[in-house]
Amino acid sequence: MRAWNLIKIYTVLVYIFMFAPVAVVLLLAFNSSRFGGFPIEGFSLRWFAKLFENEAIMRAFETSLILGVLTAFFATTLGILASLALVRFKVPGKEWITTLLISPVLVPETVLAVGLLIFLRWLSMPRSFAVLLLGHTMIALPFVVLVVQARLVGIRKEYEEAARSLGANPVQTFFQVTLPLLMPAVFAGALFAFTISFDNITATIFWRPAGSETVPTQIFGMLRNSVSPEINALGFVMIVITVGVPLMAGGLARYFSRKR
Amino acid sequence: MAKATAFDPRPWYLLSPALLAIAFLVIAPMCFILVYSFYINVDLGVDEVAFQFGNWQDLLTDSYYHHAIWKTFRMAIIVTVLAALLGYIPAYFIAHTNFRRKWLLLLLLILPFWVSFIIRTMSWIHIMGNQGAINGVLIWLGLTDEPISMMYNEFAVIVGFIHVFLPYMILNVYVSLEGIDRNLEPAARTLGCTPWQAFREVTLPLSLPGLAAGSLLVFVLTAGSYVTPIILGGPNDFLFGNLIYDAVVSELNWPMGATLSFTLLFLLGLVVVIYSRFMGLNQLYKALS
Repeated sequence: MRAWNLIKIYTVLVYIFMFAPVAVVLLLAFNSSRFGGFPIEGFSLRWFAKLFENEAIMRAFETSLILGVLTAFFATTLGILASLALVRFKVPGKEWITTLLISPVLVPETVLAVGLLIFLRWLSMPRSFAVLLLGHTMIALPFVVLVVQARLVGIRKEYEEAARSLGANPVQTFFQVTLPLLMPAVFAGALFAFTISFDNITATIFWRPAGSETVPTQIFGMLRNSVSPEINALGFVMIVITVGVPLMAGGLARYFSRKR
Repeated sequence: MAKATAFDPRPWYLLSPALLAIAFLVIAPMCFILVYSFYINVDLGVDEVAFQFGNWQDLLTDSYYHHAIWKTFRMAIIVTVLAALLGYIPAYFIAHTNFRRKWLLLLLLILPFWVSFIIRTMSWIHIMGNQGAINGVLIWLGLTDEPISMMYNEFAVIVGFIHVFLPYMILNVYVSLEGIDRNLEPAARTLGCTPWQAFREVTLPLSLPGLAAGSLLVFVLTAGSYVTPIILGGPNDFLFGNLIYDAVVSELNWPMGATLSFTLLFLLGLVVVIYSRFMGLNQLYKALS
C-alpha cells in the first residue's frame, strides 16, 4: 500500500526530528574542539574531566539530587495517602477532590511559581531550599496521584479484607498487604517525581534561593554566554541519569519478575 | 437512616496532608495574587499595601501588554496546529502497525519526557546555530560559504516548542486511536468507502477527543512558557510569561508580576473552561496518566 508507506516514512521522519537533537548533544560531548558546536575535531573525554572539576556544577548537582530525592519522598507519601482515601473509601465530592489534587498541572507553571513566591514572601518566608522543596512537591504530586490511583484500582479489595478478618489492624494491613502490592506504582511514582524535580526549570528560577543553583538553572545561566563544550558533557550526564536510571529500573523489574 | 449516612472521618485523615498542602501552596497563592495585584510598587522590591487599580489600568491601557497577549495566543495556536499535523500520523502509525515491537515505538515516544527540557531546548542551537549541524553540512557540501542564520527568531522558538511538546500530542491521539474498534474501518470499506473516506468519516471523528486533549495540553503549556523564547528567541520573541519573568525577576515589581500572573491564569483558565464545556476533563486525566 502506497499510503501506508508514506505514513511509515513520515513517522520515521518525526522520530528523527525527536531524537536527532538529543543525539547531537550526546555526540558533541566527546568533541575535543574548544567550541561547543560542529565541526567535530576529535574524540576526547576532557570536557567530562573539566565538568568534575567545576565546583559550581558539582554543587548544582548535589542540590538537584537532594531536592529530587526529597521531592520524591514527600510527593509519594502524600500521593499514596490521598489515593488510598479516594479509591478505598466513599468520599463525598470525589471528583472535586481529584480536580483539586490535579490542579497544580492545570495552573501554568509560571503562575504557580509567582503565586507561591509572592504568597510565601508575604508570610515572611523568603526564597529558600524549603520553598523549592514545597513547590516541587506540589508540581510532582498530581502525577504520583494519577499513577498510584490507577494501580490501586487494580488491586482487589478482598486481599485487604482477608487480612483484616484474620486480625490485622488497618496499619498492619496497609504495610503488609496493600503496600507490597502497590510497590511498582510507588516506585514509578517516586521515579516520576524525582525526574520532574530534577528537570524543572520554569518554576525553579523563581523559587531558588539567591546564589543556589540546580542543574537546569546552572545550564540556563551558562547558556547566557555561549554553548560551551562543558554544557554538552553535562547534557550527556543528565541524559544518562534521567533516561538511563528509569530504563535500567524498568529492565531490572522485568528481569526479576520473570525470574520469579 | 442517619446511621447509614454517618460521617466517616477516615478518608479525610488520609486526604488531609495532600489537601492542606494544595490549599496552602496552590489555592491560597492563586487567590493571593489577585489581592496583591492591587498593591503599589514603591521601589525595587518594596511594596505598599493598597487597594488601587494602577496595575490593572496599566495592563488594560498599555498596548505593549495587549501585543504580548496577542503574540502569546498566536504562538500557542501555531505550535498547537503544527504539533497536531506532525503528531497525528505517527500516532496513527503506532496504533495500526503490525510491527511486533510496538512497545519499543511507544517507549521511544515516552523517552523524550525524561530527557532534560533545558538540554532538549538547547540542542536546537546545535542543529540550527551558526556552528550547528545544518550549517556544517551546507558548508561541507559547498552550498554556502557563510553560515546561514536560522537561530534567535520566532521560527527557532516554534521548533523548540514543538520538539518539547509533540510527545503529549502523539500520546493523546494514540490513546484515543487505540480505543477505536479495529473493525470499523474495514466495515466502512466494505460499504464502499475509499480508504481516505473511511479514515475521514470514521477514524478521524472518533479520535477527535484525543486530538482535542493533546491540543489543549500543547496550547496551555506553550502559552505559559517563558524559558524557550529566552534560549532560542531573539529580543522580540517574548511571550506573556516573559513579561511575568521580567516583572518579578528583573524589575522586582511584584504587584505588576501578580497582575500579569493572574491575567495569564484567567485567560488560560478560560480556555480550559471552554474546552471542558465541550469535552469534559476526564479525557485529560486519562491523558496525563
